[in-house]
This record gives sequence, structure tokens and C-alpha cells, in this order.
Amino acid sequence: MIYSDKVMDHFQNPRNVGTLPDADGVGQVGNPVCGDMMTFYVKVKDDRLTDVKFQTFGCGAAIAVSSMVSEMAVGKTIDEAMAITNEKVAEELGGLPKNKLHCSNLGADALHAALDNFQARKAGTATGPKVVGDHDHDAAGEASDHCPYCAGPVEASTEMCSCKKCDLDLVECGHCHLYTNKAETNCTHCGAQLER
Amino acid sequence: MKRIYLDHIAAAPVDPGVLAEMRPFLETHYGNPQSLHSDGQLAAEAVDAARESVAVLLGAEAGEIVFTASGTEANNLAIKGLALAQKAKGNHLVVSAIEHASVLKAVKTLERSGFQATLVPVDGEGRVDPAEVARALRPETILVSVMTANSEVGTIEPIEEIVREVRAKSPGVLVHTDAIAAAGHIPLDVNILGVDTLSLSGNAFYGPKGSAALFVKKGRKLVPQIEGGIQEGGRRGGSEDVAALVGMGAAARLAAGAMAERSTRMTALRDRLIDGLIRSVERVRLTGSRAHRLPYHASVCVEFVEGEAMLLGLDFKGIAASSFSACTSKSLKISHVLLAMGLDHAVAQGSLIFSLIDTTTAADVDYVLEVFPSVIGRLRNMSPLYTDFLKESGR
Repeated sequence: MIYSDKVMDHFQNPRNVGTLPDADGVGQVGNPVCGDMMTFYVKVKDDRLTDVKFQTFGCGAAIAVSSMVSEMAVGKTIDEAMAITNEKVAEELGGLPKNKLHCSNLGADALHAALDNFQARKAGTATGPKVVGDHDHDAAGEASDHCPYCAGPVEASTEMCSCKKCDLDLVECGHCHLYTNKAETNCTHCGAQLER
Repeated sequence: MKRIYLDHIAAAPVDPGVLAEMRPFLETHYGNPQSLHSDGQLAAEAVDAARESVAVLLGAEAGEIVFTASGTEANNLAIKGLALAQKAKGNHLVVSAIEHASVLKAVKTLERSGFQATLVPVDGEGRVDPAEVARALRPETILVSVMTANSEVGTIEPIEEIVREVRAKSPGVLVHTDAIAAAGHIPLDVNILGVDTLSLSGNAFYGPKGSAALFVKKGRKLVPQIEGGIQEGGRRGGSEDVAALVGMGAAARLAAGAMAERSTRMTALRDRLIDGLIRSVERVRLTGSRAHRLPYHASVCVEFVEGEAMLLGLDFKGIAASSFSACTSKSLKISHVLLAMGLDHAVAQGSLIFSLIDTTTAADVDYVLEVFPSVIGRLRNMSPLYTDFLKESGR
């Protein structure tokens, strides 16, 4: 099996699945085009996460990561929950296959988005959920021929691609097929690790 | 727990009779067919007999069969070998958008050395329109490649008509067909199909892995891709894997004899499975053609859930299936076949394929249908997409 026993346990018996209609913060990352989409709901009382629920569309790793993130976050203070990193989630799961590491990014990102949303609602700057990393679904699948930074035309060959307008070196994400700055380690659209 | 293996497209079991024929060549008959002595000649006769059996399966002559070590290798040999041999005539290739990676990547490599290629689209069922192939032909076209059947969606292509259209417009253009998913399962006669090369793999029809072949019509030249030996008439070097080839020959004989009975039996099971999957769970759709379909192939897309998660859920219930969702692939790329058929990306993530083997029973199919709703239901209950769907449909 490509997954650890812990991953399989969380996949088979995911903790905290569901929604919270009266959530204090909601965060969503990814989209079905990329294969993974997670929504996190948090209840906060006296700076502590009293309840965390999630829904995930995705592979076994994505489901296990969501479950683990929710388990790690319940009972934590906001600061402690914000300190939950991708590495810690993957570590708690007994490791993830290399090509599935981006799933752990999404899990932590979704939780953080929900917490950001809680803060924003408290500050009165947001009412709805925070949605991160969503992009034009029609553009995915094929590499968009426009630079995501300046919307200039992209010159692509098999070896390399760059924006003709801002001259930025770009790389096509193997996951969602959108362009990202070559200097990035992860795709800015779907979070997948970029191939070198 | 009983295992129910429905992943024929990934690997098939070796028929016990085939294994029995192979065994002596793994134990006592280890001579090299190229050797002059009796041990060598015994092996050479076995390889000749296997070649004859594979030829008979295709209506070909023994001399037209080139053995290779995989279907991938056979496709590489056909595409690169034929294109390079005809470089002086032209540099343009026409291939369908749903070809296997062993064809598409070989074409990509040729493109890097001055060849050009046109991808022919498919319709929503994954069928290639012969007229589209003809339209893609140019004066400098030298080779057309369209697969006989697609292993992701089970669709059988109109190869005979495609060859007819190509010949009518450009008689000099060669046609290759990747018949790996089809050979041994549906009747294939190279004289009727009219193709110049055809690839097939032994394991796909219950022979051993590592046994495959390329039919090369008499007189067609190809540049060998594995050099260094006189084997296979100089078209493919390397000492013969005699046991594997004997196995492929035995499997070819078995397939030729049992094809009609197998096809009737498996088609009935396949239809029972497809109908059951679609009826038992809402928003499940067949992928590929219903009318032009491989007998052992049931493929669907299940909306609101992702393929890999379904495979893990089914595996827990003892069922082996496959998927071409992005997360299932090592490269995290979504299936080019489903995209070429115009499927929505999100729907394509729910790709699920059950491919039957010879020993699959009606009870196996019924067990799959029994557990399928709960495997899907569990995943849908945690899917935000399904929650949205329920909301939108007022439930």
C-alpha cells in the first residue's frame, strides 16, 4: 500500500466530517478541476477552537489530511491552530507519498483560511466564507496562454516558457496546467508541488 | 476476504493451460533459439510455433510477426520505426487524440527531430470519425495511427473504415493500429482491417507479461529500435524470452478458439454491471460507447467523488478496479482520453473502470453492485460538491 496505516485509518474512519451551519469561520481551498477541494468550518469560543468540521472532495490522502488537520485543531487556540503546518500534518500521518504532499498543504491552508475568515468576520470585513485558490475552471486542463501575473501572452516550448510582456520565466503546473512563476516551489493556483 | 479482481486493463492472470506450456521452457528447455545445437533448435521450434499461433490469431503470416517484450515497445517500434524508415517521403503523422502514451510520447519524440503531427479529435463516446482522419492527411503525411480499442473507456474504433478512407485519399500512407486492448477479445483479421502494422500484448489475453508482438505487413520497412542482434529478422535485437513467447502462442491459440464463447459470456456480465452501476447510484454515467464496446469493459464516471478514494474504498471491500483520475496517476495528470471526449474536468475526476477477467462470475458482479452504493455514499457524504448538489436540487 502506498499509504501508511495511519493514513488508511483516517481515510476509513475520518474524524469530524460534516458542516457547521452556525460556524464562526469557513474556509475553502482547491477546486474539483485539480482533483482536491476542502471546506473547513470552525467554531471559536474564548480564542479556542471548540469545534472543527470538514468536507473534502479528493483522493485518500486529501481525506486523511483533512481528518488529521481537524483532529489536530480541535481544542487549540487560534495561534496554535495557525501554527499547524503542512509538515506537521504529514508527519502526524506517518508520512505521505511524495506526489501527495501537496494534499497536506491544502489541509493546513483550508484550516488557516477558515481562521482568517473568523478573524475577518470578527473585524467586520467579511460575511461569507473565505475561498482560496479558486480559478477559472474553463482555463484549466490546458495551459492558459496568458501570464497569470500581467496577463501578457506566454511563449511556450517543451524546454521552457516565459511571458512575452513581463519576461517572467514561467512553469506549467503538472496538476492544474496553469502557469506559475518559475521561482515558486508550489503552484499558486492549486498548491501542487512544481516539477523541476 | 474473497478478492474480486476487475482490473484486466492493468494486468490479467495467466491461464493455467498457458502456464503449463511455458513451464518446461523455464525449467529444462533453456536453450537459445539462435544456437545450432539440439537444445537451441528445440527452443527455436517452440518460438516458430508461437509465431505461427499469433499469426493465425490475426490472419497474418508467421513472417509478419515481430516479437517484442511489451506492447509499449511494439508501439514504439511501429511509430518510430515506420516514420524513420519513410523520412525521405514525408514528415507528417496523423494520430488520434486518445492513443496510449506509448504512441503519443513516441510521436512527441519524433516531433523534436523534425516530424510534425496532427491529433484527430474524438466524439463524446471516444469514437474517431474516419472522415476526420482523411481530412487531416497532407501531401507529406507518411503514417496514421489509431488504436483498435481504448482501454480507458472501452470504445472500439472503426479501423476498417479509417483504413479505407486513408487509402482512398492517400494510398501511400501507412496505418498502424494499437490493438493491445482488443486482440484476443474481438475478431481481428489484418486482411480485413487492411493495416500495415498492429501491436498486441500477450498478457491482455491471459498470456504472460513480457510477451508482445508487432504485426508488420510483408514488405513494410521499419528502422529497428533495439539494435544488436539478428533476432526477429534483424527488426528487434535481444535473446528471445522463449517461455514468454511460448506462453503468448498458447494464449493466442486459446483466444482464437474461445473468443466467441468468452465474448458472449463477458458481454452479458459487462452489461449487467454497467446497468447495475447506473441504476443503483444517481449521477453515474457510462464513459465510452455502448454499441462499440470491448466485451470485458465497464467504465463510468461517478460525480462528486474522486477516483482514487473510490479505489481505496472498493479495495477495502475486496474489489480491485482502476481509475484515470488525476490523483490516481503518478504525474497527477487527468486522463487525456476523458478530456478529449469533452468530459468536464470535475466529472473526469470520478473515473472508475471495472474490467472483467475470464473467471469473473455473475456472483462477483452482483457483489460489486451490492457494495457500490455504500462505497460511493460514504465518500459523497464527505464531499462538498455533493452537499452543493443536494442544496441546488432542493434536498
